[in-house]
This record gives sequence, C-alpha cells and structure tokens, in this order.
Amino acid sequence: MKEREALWAEMMRAANAGDAVAYQRLLKSLVPALRAAARRGLARARTSDADAEDIMQETLLAIHLKRHTWDADRPIGPWIRAIVHNKLVDNLRRRGGRVDVPIEGFEEILSADAPKPVLEVSDVEPYIGGLPHRQREVVYAILREEISIRETAERLKMTEGAVRVALHRGLAGLAKRFKRGES
Amino acid sequence: MRTDDLVRTLVADHATREGPVGRTFAIALVLALALATALFALMSGPRNDFATVVTDPRFVFKFVVTLTLAASAAVLVLRLASPGVEPRFSALALAAGPALLALGVLVELALIPSSQWTTKLVGQNYLICLSSIPLLSAPPLVAALMALRHGAPTRPAFAGAVAGLLAGGIGATLYAAQCTDDSPLFVATWYTITIAGVTGIGSLAGARLLRW
Repeated sequence: MKEREALWAEMMRAANAGDAVAYQRLLKSLVPALRAAARRGLARARTSDADAEDIMQETLLAIHLKRHTWDADRPIGPWIRAIVHNKLVDNLRRRGGRVDVPIEGFEEILSADAPKPVLEVSDVEPYIGGLPHRQREVVYAILREEISIRETAERLKMTEGAVRVALHRGLAGLAKRFKRGES
Repeated sequence: MRTDDLVRTLVADHATREGPVGRTFAIALVLALALATALFALMSGPRNDFATVVTDPRFVFKFVVTLTLAASAAVLVLRLASPGVEPRFSALALAAGPALLALGVLVELALIPSSQWTTKLVGQNYLICLSSIPLLSAPPLVAALMALRHGAPTRPAFAGAVAGLLAGGIGATLYAAQCTDDSPLFVATWYTITIAGVTGIGSLAGARLLRW
C-alpha cells in the first residue's frame, strides 16, 4: 500500500510539473481504487452499489478540482482518503442512508482494486446539460467527441485559452451540480 | 458518462491548476486587512493618547491577547483548508490567547481593589466595543471564508468557526488601538462576547458555504 501511495504521490508531483502522461496514469490507477472504496462504503451503509460509479466519478472530479490542496511534502494517502470519505458521506446523506462511515478502515480500502463493472458509465451526463452554453459546448466536444483543446478552439472559433477556461469552469460547475444533484 | 471519457477530459484540463491555498489566504487577508484598516480610520482611528499609552502594560497586553488569538487561528484555519491534515496541535494552540487573558485577569484582580472591579469590567465603551469589533471583523471574515472555499475543508462548520476567530482577532486588534478601556477585566468580558459572536457567524456561514 505504501509503495502504491508513494507511486501516486510521484505521479501527482510529475503532473503538477506539467506532465500530462503522468497525470493520466495517476487517474487511471486511482479509478479502480476509488471504485472499490465507493462499493465498500455503500456496502457498509447497507445501500445498493448501483451508484458506485457515480460516487467514484464524483470523487475523481473532486480530486482533480482540489489537487492544489495537496501539499507535495505530505503523504498523498491521507489526502485521498479524506476526499473519498467526504464524498462518500455526502452521497449517503443525500440518499438518506446511514452516514456514520468511520474513516478508520479506509487504509486498506485504497490498496484494493474493484473489478471493472460491465458498464463503466455514470448517470452524470444530464448535469452537463445544465451548464452555461459555452461551457457545455466545450465539455461536450472534449468529453464526447474526443477532440483536443486546439480542435475545440478551431471548431468553436474561440482561443485555446478561452477553451481552457471554459473547460475548467465547466468541470467545476459539473461538480457543483453533482453535489446539489439528486434529492 | 463513461469513466474513460471523464479521465480523458480531466487530463485535458490538467494545465489549469489553481494556486496553493496558502497563497490565496495571504492575498485575501492582506486585502481584507487594508479594507478593515480603512474602516478603522473612518471610524475615528487610534485613540488620541496613543503615543503616550503605547508603553502602558495594560494597553500592550490587549494586543498580546488579540494577536495571539489571530495568529493561532490563522495557523489552524490553513490546516483545516486541506483534506487529510490533522489539526491536533494547532487546535490546542488556540487556547493560548484565552489562557493569557485568564492570567491577565488574575493579575488585574490582584492589583486593583475589589471595589473597582465592577467599574473596570463595565468600562465606558462596551457598546462601541460590541458594534466596532464585528464591523472591523467583517472584511477578514469574508476573506477567510473565500479562501477556505478555494481550499477543501472537510469540517465546514469548524473551519468557518476558526475563520470567525481569526477575523475576530484581527477586528479586536484594530479596535484595541481605539478603545480607552484597557483593563483585562473589560477585555475578558466584552471582547470575548463579540469575538464569540463573530465565531458563531463564521460557523453558521461555514456550514452553508464551505461544502464542496
């Protein structure tokens, strides 16, 4: 587990220094661990794990948007676990389930990977529709059509800088809608 | 939304990384301090005998207490802004300001005759104190809450309360330069009540505004 977290910390440092490939490796490595954490938390709260993929994606989005709060001199494990715990409790509260998920026992959680579900799909898509026009267009272009920032800029007749800003704001807006989300 | 698509989109956004929380705090607090100081100057500024009273132990002691409070709250609020950082020791350090004040009260009680205790405690400016400190605390409270929103506090109400303590400490420091009541008895009563009020507001605001 320690080695795994050390590896994550290393990838995050490289990502912070501008290494997009390291960042992609980090996120891909986090996905199964976060998925396992979400399933385990839902199981402990005796709730169906139908929403595990939603919670995992919300946690991944939070890690992305709040990554500037990780101090590169600290271990990354406690930082990730605190975010996982926060998002899990948030989700359980929203769903009206039990919320007393102890943060203890999360140590081993990040060391196990959950098997891939049949469909790696969440129900988040509708939230994108609620974003302001420009942000929505940019997020859809990159998310669905798999085109780059430069291609998006050309297609939407925007500067690359404006695309970057719209993308970032769109993701932040998505996290907000996610959080308020379902009753 | 497919998880692979989300990962790809997040990677596309990787170049947009926000600045560290500590820097946001520093900038927000400097701006808030400037605003609060301007407010302070508008309100009437430092007391008239400021130059002669700066060496008076009771006058100086007010600043020792309020600055200790502000500094300990600043350290703690910064830790509370990041997930997974245990605040233990800095939470204990919050007790330093109140402990100093309690000590000051004991010394004051020993120094002045008991017939004067009530007069010193009530003082002359408690109404001004009750209104000025919250007013001067408002800019730093807003600044600290905004900086916390930029962070990721996992205990929103607590983080908001500590932001209130920090703001109250700053507001009280400015007000102390103006107030002519210097007895620790006055400070322990009226400053405590008003700072507690600002802390309560911070806690309520935190619970509402600091979830992410």
